[in-house]
Amino acid sequence: MSDYISHDHEHDGIDRRGFLHCMAWAGTGLLWTISGGVLASRTLAEIAKAGGSLPAATDLSFLQISDSHIGFSKEANKDVTETFKIALDRINAMPTPPSFLIHTGDITQLSKPEEFDTFDEVLKSCRTKDVFYVPGEHDVLNDGEKLYRERYLKSVEAKGAGWYSFNKNGVHFIGLVNVLNLQAGGLGQLGDDQLEWLEDDVKGLGADTPIVVFAHIPLWAVYPQWGWGTSDSERALGYLKRFGSVTVLNGHIHQVLQKVEGNVTFHTAMSTAFPQPAPGTAPSPGPMKVPAEQLRSLLGLTSVDYKQGKTALAVVDSNLS
Amino acid sequence: MTALTHINKIVALLCAMSLINLFHVAIAGEMKDAGTSAHENKIEIKDFAFNPKTLTVKSGEKVTWINRDEEPHTIVSVEKQFKKSTALDTDQGFTITAGAPGTYNYFCSVHPKMTGTIVVEK
Repeated sequence: MSDYISHDHEHDGIDRRGFLHCMAWAGTGLLWTISGGVLASRTLAEIAKAGGSLPAATDLSFLQISDSHIGFSKEANKDVTETFKIALDRINAMPTPPSFLIHTGDITQLSKPEEFDTFDEVLKSCRTKDVFYVPGEHDVLNDGEKLYRERYLKSVEAKGAGWYSFNKNGVHFIGLVNVLNLQAGGLGQLGDDQLEWLEDDVKGLGADTPIVVFAHIPLWAVYPQWGWGTSDSERALGYLKRFGSVTVLNGHIHQVLQKVEGNVTFHTAMSTAFPQPAPGTAPSPGPMKVPAEQLRSLLGLTSVDYKQGKTALAVVDSNLS
Repeated sequence: MTALTHINKIVALLCAMSLINLFHVAIAGEMKDAGTSAHENKIEIKDFAFNPKTLTVKSGEKVTWINRDEEPHTIVSVEKQFKKSTALDTDQGFTITAGAPGTYNYFCSVHPKMTGTIVVEK
């Protein structure tokens, strides 16, 4: 057809103490109201300080890291590799290492092979070796999708565009992809194939199975004006409605936000690279420049604990300062 | 005296020639400027938006996007009417030549809320 423009040229009980700790969290004010839930809230710093271990009844603890953006070198953080290393140092300093890590995407800034290389090299210093990934939009730019798949889906049985599930200690984990084939004017998207797979994937599970869903872009409408949401997430959550405990872990927005809706807890993690503005507080969601001494207080990771026999998972954020 | 006259003539000739040259350079400069401005259709990408959002150009003219954000963006035709750009990092550009008259909607595949239109006229 000649009818075109030719180209070209280029994230225990709810005792008072724990609750207060939780509320003290860097203004994030996490409010946990999970029915029948037992929540533990300890910061990584506290665990390290006490030299103690995680509560004995904890059956599973894992960590979420997100948005490392290796390759970013602008003013908001000129050394994202260093802050990523600090995050790993925090993990290594934990008396009881987490069972595994979940990376909720944006490993790199521009999907470049050398950026993936740097990430992989730095990650070698982490004591915890098992890492489960979902891609961010920054990991699938240009030919990045191929690189991402080759490197980060080796240990899982990925379906379709890279979604998968696995079980650990009776918890069912689901990694979803919502950064591909995005439509003009739209939000993050899961797509029919993935949704059908999800419906089928959870069909055989008892309603008392704790579910953890992780994906890059939030699976709730955080701020659609900035694209912070997933257009067909309602359908996905519909398939999970019958479960007593669903924890949704996302990244993408470089800040901690939480919402509880029935049995579902939505949670977004901090980035290890740079903060982004609170919804609607800036002209755009671009990297937020803060004074150097504040940067690390706005970067961090998220620790999740599960106790068998208890419905809820405890989600605790800690910053890098 | 005859010799001086000759020298005068040569000087006069050289002066005349240089004036003509200057004149030519000036005209050429003007023509070049006029030519460039006719083809300078720039769309700036700033704060996750295309500016201008709608741009009208003439068929055959070039259109150049330039990314002024600290975030990569792409230019993708909604109807796949033109080749998509690679991810543009800060200060990187992408140029196309406007084809047949018509309306060309495009978006950023990384941030699909970002949309724009190019109207190509004859």
